[in-house]
Formats: sequence, structure tokens, C-alpha cells
Amino acid sequence: MIIETSLLRKDFTVRRKAGRFRRTASVVSAVDGVSLSVAEGEMLGYIGPNGAGKSTTLKMLTGVLTPSGGTVSVCGLTPVPQRSTLARKIGVVFGQRSQLWWDLPLMESFSLLRHVYRVSEGDHAARLRYCRSLLDLDSFVDTPVRQLSLGQRMRGELTAALLHGPKVLFLDEPTIGLDVLSKQAVRGFLAQLAERGDTTVVLTTHDLADIEKLCRRLVVIDHGRVVHDGTLDELHAAYSSKRRVVADLDAPWPDDLTLPGAAVESVEAEGFRVTLTLEGATAGEVVARLAQAVPLRDLSVREPEIEDVVARLYTGASAGTGPRDGR
Amino acid sequence: MRAQSQYRLSFVLELVFSTVVTSMDLATVWVLFAVNDSLGGFAGPDVLLMVGIAAFAFPAADLVVGNVEKLRYYVRSGLFDAVLLRPLSALGQLSAMDFASRKVGRVVQGTVIYVVALAVAPVQWSVPVAVLVVLTPLAGAVFFGAIFVAGATVAFWWIDSGEISNAFTYGGKDVAAYPATVFGGLFRRFFTYGLGFAFVAYLPALAMLGRSEPLGVPDWLRWCSPLTSLTAATLAGLFWRTGVRHYRSTGS
Repeated sequence: MIIETSLLRKDFTVRRKAGRFRRTASVVSAVDGVSLSVAEGEMLGYIGPNGAGKSTTLKMLTGVLTPSGGTVSVCGLTPVPQRSTLARKIGVVFGQRSQLWWDLPLMESFSLLRHVYRVSEGDHAARLRYCRSLLDLDSFVDTPVRQLSLGQRMRGELTAALLHGPKVLFLDEPTIGLDVLSKQAVRGFLAQLAERGDTTVVLTTHDLADIEKLCRRLVVIDHGRVVHDGTLDELHAAYSSKRRVVADLDAPWPDDLTLPGAAVESVEAEGFRVTLTLEGATAGEVVARLAQAVPLRDLSVREPEIEDVVARLYTGASAGTGPRDGR
Repeated sequence: MRAQSQYRLSFVLELVFSTVVTSMDLATVWVLFAVNDSLGGFAGPDVLLMVGIAAFAFPAADLVVGNVEKLRYYVRSGLFDAVLLRPLSALGQLSAMDFASRKVGRVVQGTVIYVVALAVAPVQWSVPVAVLVVLTPLAGAVFFGAIFVAGATVAFWWIDSGEISNAFTYGGKDVAAYPATVFGGLFRRFFTYGLGFAFVAYLPALAMLGRSEPLGVPDWLRWCSPLTSLTAATLAGLFWRTGVRHYRSTGS
């Protein structure tokens, strides 16, 4: 296991004003007992709502923050005491925070990084060539970083994080704020990286399309705790995601009509469109019953969307209810 | 460096300005002696020796690690994350991030004052004294460096800590440059011996002049500056490490 954490915890003391001079301190656990193990070459999606503790976990894995409790090991090293050694073995991209030198052209940043990480010239050139061709850097490598667009900068950041050939790559919201094309470029590049299989990737994101396209394994965290760890399919199964039937009708939906094995989710367009969720019955059975009951014009069956599942997961976890049966 | 050489005029102005400031410091000493014959029981050249040591040690420390003052800004903005993600010493990176060549000028001025002071003061030359003459300014620089680092480290807990650390760095520089005998009781005990500023210039200068401490400090303590500096540096280093572990980063 290249990354291993057990009961990892990070507490922050938050002081609030209470009266003119008095302040009350309270302890907030940003990360509250996270146990993870990631195998070499795996690509892990780490998701959760804002403030769930994603970035904090990443910062503990990279040695920026000292854990308040639990154990961490990355590449067999303990991040904080062995920070410098670890830094040579990992690459980090924080979407909201640049690793590049603001006033230097990308090319100069890259050669500076070569010295910082003491990479041999040959390796450096080979990796740079690889990234340049895959990420289309050629048109802007000589532009100062501050003049780059966000998409260009992010491609530069990715390159910078990979130049020393890291074993593990940590990406904190790498596609945040990017346009569709840049997102595709970044995803395509990461998919390539995953295919080569020699780099372990941990990716946090709010864009679930990132996860669908890239990660087989998904860890969902909320309020500092892991609420799901498994594949996307397992997530759907665990939260019993439901398929839907959407029907356009020729006559308004009779309000008192019920169909066994399906529940009415919504009635729209003055009663001419109804959305049913399947509960137990198959789509075929529901469609057959529907056709008997009302005049149908058009029909579609919709697969559950990951967004919905995750949204339910977030709200469910906040309300303190765990996964339902079905796992 | 490259960025700074773009601004030649500003460099020259800085140099002129810092020369004026240093001359003002010297003028203060001169004015004091114009009024009194002695300062805390010491003649002009003796005090000049102490001023000279401090005038070298402080700017030298400022040149090498003075930039850690910026830590506040890095901690507040969360940019310190990027510093910690590179495989280099965090302290080294902060110090090197904005190497200010203009500060070299002050070190040169300090060296000149020190050399002049050694020539005019009644130094009792011997081999140990010669060693002390070489080591003292360096030990002083290490001592001030430790103060700079310790002062900056406070920012890990307390972001608006600038003036506190300035009190100890710039204030300490002034305390170090005068004989400890000029200060009042409690203040003297706290700053000169409690925090060790007397070891920067006052005590080693006494040894160079072959004089005992008039207030009864044992003679051997006069030779201890390199040791106190090492102790201060070690403590500052430990404090720094504790600080880094308390770094909280910012939300993102």
C-alpha cells in the first residue's frame, strides 16, 4: 500500500467572539478518523461537500499539516518529519494555489524545478517532452505565468508536478473553473497517466464527471468521516439509486392514480408529463401498467445520475443517517 | 537579484539612505559623549567597539535570514503550503526568496565601524582576544538571526505579530550596542542577561578591552558569546519546528 492512514484526525481550534474582549474556543474536527489505504497505481477519487475535510486530508498526506491523531504513511514515509524526502516522491497540484513562479515563463519555472528536485537533465527533458506533447504546452511555454489563462496555467501546474517523476500525484480540484476544452485536456492527460499505471493518483473534485471518467474507486467524505469507499456501482447499490420513467401523456395525469411498484415523483406541464421512480417493479411492468391507465405519447427511462446520488449522500450524511440496506 | 538590478536609481537611493541612518546611529553616540565624558563608565572608543560589533552583527543577520519576517504574509495567505511542498528546508526557502542586495551595504558599513573601533579602542591584544575579535561579530550575527527566526515563528500562532518581533530585533540591536551598565535594573536583567543581548557586544568587548564587568558578572562569562549564540540558534530552531507543526494553512 503506497498510502495508508489509520484513524487520521485533524482538529482546529476555532475562536469566536463572545462579548467585547472574551473569546470562546471550540475544537472542530476537520478530519475525524479517516482510515484509507491506496494501492500502487490506483486512481482514487476523493469527494465531499465544501468543508468536508478533503483538502485537510490531502495536506496531511503531503506533510503540510501535522495530524492531531492517527497515523499516516505515504511511500513508506511519515509525511511531517520526513517532509523533504517525501516531497521528492510526490507531486501536488492545488487548483486554487500555484506552485509556479508568478513572474517567470513556464519554461524557466520548469528548469528551476529541475534544480530544486535535483532531476537529471535526461529524465527532465524526457518527461517535459511527454507533457508538452500531451498537454499542448508549446504555444505558451515562454509566457510569464501571470499572463496565462487558467486552463493554460493548470496544464503548466500538472507538468510541474510530474517533472520529478513522482510515485504519487495529489490533485486538489484540478478542473475547478476550467472551460470544457481545458477540462477535457486535463482529464485526457490524467487518463493517459492512469493507463501507464506507474503513478498513483489521488484526486479531489466537485466535478463528478472527473470521477466518472477517471476513477474506479471513490471515497466520499463528509464532516471529516468517510461515508463511502468503493466503486461507483457500489455507491449506486448502497444508496439504492432508482431508475426513473418519464412519460408524456395525451391527457392530464389523474391525481388519484397509483401504480404498484412505482411512485410518482413529479407531475409537470399541467399534468401532461409525469415522472415515476421505480420501486421494486421493472421498467417494463411499470410501462405496461402505465399504458393501460393513461394515453401515452412518449416515454423515456432514465438511469440514476451520480450527481443525484452524491447530493443525497451529502444531505443524508449531514442528517446523520447512514447508507440504507442493499449493500 | 535580477529584479532589483532593474531599479538602479532606487538601489543607489537605498544605499545613500542606509548610510545616513548608520551615521545617525554613530552621531547619537557622539552626541552622548559630547554631553558626558563617559557612558555607563565607558569611554567613547570602548562604546564604539560595542556599537561596531552590533553594527556588523545585526545587518549580517538581517541579510541572511531577515526575510523570515515575511512569514506572516505566507502564513496568512496560505502560500506557506507551496513552501512546504518543495523538497527544501522551509526556513532556507523563506530566507532566499527575496535576497536583498541592498542589505549588503549595511554589512559593509558595520565592518568599517568595527575595524575603526578596533584601531582606536585600547584592545589588549593576545591570541585568545584575536580569536574573540573574529568570532564575536559572527556569533552576534547568529544570535540576531535566532531572534529574527524566533520572532517570525510567532506568526504561526499569532498572525499580527510584526511589532512584537520588531521590539526584539530592532530593539535588541539598540540594547546590544550600549554597555549594559547604562540600563536600569529590571530592564537590564531582562534584556541583557535574561535574553542574552549582553553577550552580543558588551561582554566580549569587555574581554577585548581587558576589563572586568563593573557590576560583578564573572570574568569567564565574557568569553561565552559563541556558546550563547549556539544555544539561542538551537532554541530558535526548535521553536521554528514546533511552529511549522502548528501551521494551519487556509481553506481552499
